[in-house]
Amino acid sequence: MQLYDISMVNEGLEFDADVLVIGGGPAGTWAAWNAAQAGASVVLVDKGYCGSSGATAPSGTGVWVIPPTTEDREEAKAQREALGGYLADHDWMDRVLDRTWSNMELIERWGYPFPREDGETVRRSLQGPEYMRLMRKAVARTGVKILDHSPALELLVDGSGNVAGARGVQRQDERDWTVRSGAVVIATGGCAFLSKALGCNNNTGDGYLFAGEAGAEFSGMEFSNQYAVSTVFGSVTKTAHYSWAVFTNEAGEDIKAVKDGHHSAATIGRTLIHGPVYAQLIKAKERPEVQAFLRLAQPNFFLPFDRSGINPFTERFPVTLTLEGTVRGTGGIRITDKTCASTVPGLYAAGDAATRERICGAFTGGGSHNAAWAMSSGSWAGEGAAGFALRLGASRKSRRLGGAGTPASFSESQAAIAAVKNEVMPLEKNLFRTDAGLRASLAVLNGLWASVSSQRGVDGAGARDAQRSREAAALVATARWAYTSALARKESRGMHRRTDFPQSDPLQHRHQIVSGVDKIALRYQHVVPRLPVGDVVTA
Amino acid sequence: MIELVSDARCISCNICVRICPTNVFEARSDAAPVIARQNDCQTCFLCEAYCPVDALFVSPDAHRHVDVSEQQLSERGDLGSYRRALGWSSGGDPAALHEKTHALRLLVGEGAIG
Repeated sequence: MQLYDISMVNEGLEFDADVLVIGGGPAGTWAAWNAAQAGASVVLVDKGYCGSSGATAPSGTGVWVIPPTTEDREEAKAQREALGGYLADHDWMDRVLDRTWSNMELIERWGYPFPREDGETVRRSLQGPEYMRLMRKAVARTGVKILDHSPALELLVDGSGNVAGARGVQRQDERDWTVRSGAVVIATGGCAFLSKALGCNNNTGDGYLFAGEAGAEFSGMEFSNQYAVSTVFGSVTKTAHYSWAVFTNEAGEDIKAVKDGHHSAATIGRTLIHGPVYAQLIKAKERPEVQAFLRLAQPNFFLPFDRSGINPFTERFPVTLTLEGTVRGTGGIRITDKTCASTVPGLYAAGDAATRERICGAFTGGGSHNAAWAMSSGSWAGEGAAGFALRLGASRKSRRLGGAGTPASFSESQAAIAAVKNEVMPLEKNLFRTDAGLRASLAVLNGLWASVSSQRGVDGAGARDAQRSREAAALVATARWAYTSALARKESRGMHRRTDFPQSDPLQHRHQIVSGVDKIALRYQHVVPRLPVGDVVTA
Repeated sequence: MIELVSDARCISCNICVRICPTNVFEARSDAAPVIARQNDCQTCFLCEAYCPVDALFVSPDAHRHVDVSEQQLSERGDLGSYRRALGWSSGGDPAALHEKTHALRLLVGEGAIG
C-alpha cells in the first residue's frame, strides 16, 4: 500500500467528518441519523440519489415487527428456524425485534402515513417511495451532508490499516470527492449482479469490494443465490403476491410450486430449464376485495400488467426467475459485535451489505426481515461508528492516508460484466450447484479477476467509466467469494442447493468465512445451537 | 425502460435528472432533459412518481426498447398513473394510509414471503 497525502492529488471536493456513510438506502439513512444523534458529524454518499436508490425505494414491503409480548416473539423467531438451516441467533433476533419496534415508532413520529384500524395505527409495512422520501428528510434535518450521484471508488486507510474515509467521483459534475473520517459505515446493499431486479442495479457489491480490499471478512457468501419470480418482460421482483398464484407449464398443468403460502424457486426453476412457466393469480380471481388490497400493498406490481393489457387474475402470463444475489440472499460482510463492526478497525457494515445470517441463517427471510435488519443494523452501525470516531478525537486529523483499493478505469468493463453474468445467472450454474460447475465457473472468474485487477487507467476516462470499472471488479469479486464458499459447503442448506449433495450434513452446521481479494482464504466458525437441531429444510 | 419525456408537458425542473438512481437523464439548457443512457434504466418507475407534471413514461418492458405514442399513452391514462396510485398527485391522500397489508396477511397466512 502506498501512502500519500490525499490533498496533494485531489482537486475536487474535500470533506472532513466523524462518520462517512456509503449508501443512502434504509440501512445508510438509519446509520447516518443515529450517528448524528450520537453527536458525530456525518457525510452520506450515494451512487444514485438518497431517497430513490436501492431495493427498498421502489417497493412496498412488510416489516418484521412484533409487539414486545413473549408468545408472539417466540413464534416469530421459531417460524423460519428450520428453513434457515439453524444458523440464525436468538439473541440477535430479539435485538432486531426490539430495535425495529422502536424505529417504527420513530417513523410514525416523523410523519409516515401509517394506516389506522379501529383507531389504532397499524405499523406493519412500509411503502418504499414514501419511506425513503421521509428518511432523506429525517437525515437532512439532523445536519448530515448528503452527496448524491457520488459513487465511492475506494476506502482510505491509515498506516495501521484503520479505515479512515473514502474517495470517489461525482458523476454529474465530473469531479472527485474525498472524505476523511474517523469511521466508515458500508451500507451499499447486496449484489444482484445487474439483473434489473427491482431497484437493484446500483447494488453491484461495491461495498463488499471496498471492505475486502481493506481486509474485512465475509460470512455466508454461499447464501447468495436467491432468485425471485418476475414476469419475463418486467423488472418487478416483489413476490409476496404469488402466494395467490398457480404456476403452470406449457401444457397448462399445475407444477405445484406453491405450498403453505410459499412458492418454491427450485420447482419453478426445474420446469424453466425445460420450457416456459406461467403464473396466474387465480386464487384471488373471484375476490375483488383481495384484488383491491393487493393493489394498495404494491402499486407497481400491477403497473406492468395494466400497461401491457394483461389481467393477472384472469389470464396466465409467462414468468421467469431473476437473480437477486445477496440482496435477498443473506451473505455479506462479517460483523463481530453488537455495533456491527467488521474485523477492520473503523469499518462498520449494515443492511444487505452485512451478513443477515444472524436473523435469517441460510434462508432469505424475504422483504420483512430485510427491512427490519436494515433499520436495526443501520442504527447500530451508525452508533458504533460515531462512538469509534469520537473516541479517536482530534488525533485522527493528523493521519496520513492512502487508498485501500486499485481503482482505475479500464476499457473492458462491459465485457467483464457480461462474463460474470454468464457465470452467476444461469439456473443450471447457480440455483442448482455442482462441484464441477462451481469449479468451471471459478476458473473463469479467477481469470476475470486477473484482468480487472491488473488493468491501469485509460486516458480521458470520465466518472462514469471509473464507476463502471469498479462495478465490474466488485461483481467479479463478489462472485468469487460466493462460489468459493459454495464449493466448500458440500451439502444443501437453506437457499444453497447442491445437486451432488442434496441433503444437509450435521457436521457442516457452521458458518463459512471468506476473505482476501487476490487469494481467497476460507475458514469455518462453529455455531452453538440453542435448540436441538432437527431436520433441515431446503427452501 | 424509460421511453418518453414529453416536451409538451415538461417544465424543465430537472427533478428527474436529480432523482433517477441510475442517472439515465441528461439536463439541457432551456429544454426538456433527454434520455441519454436508456440501457442503464432499471425500470423502477420512480422518475414517474417524482415528476410533478406527469411528463414521463416508463414502459413495463425492462429489457428492450419499445416505441410509444404520447397521444395513445395520454388517452389511456398511462401518463401519471403510478403517481396517482401512490397518492402523490396534488390533492391526493398518500396511498399508504389506505393499505390493508395486515388484513391481507391474515387472509393468506403469515408465511407469505416477499
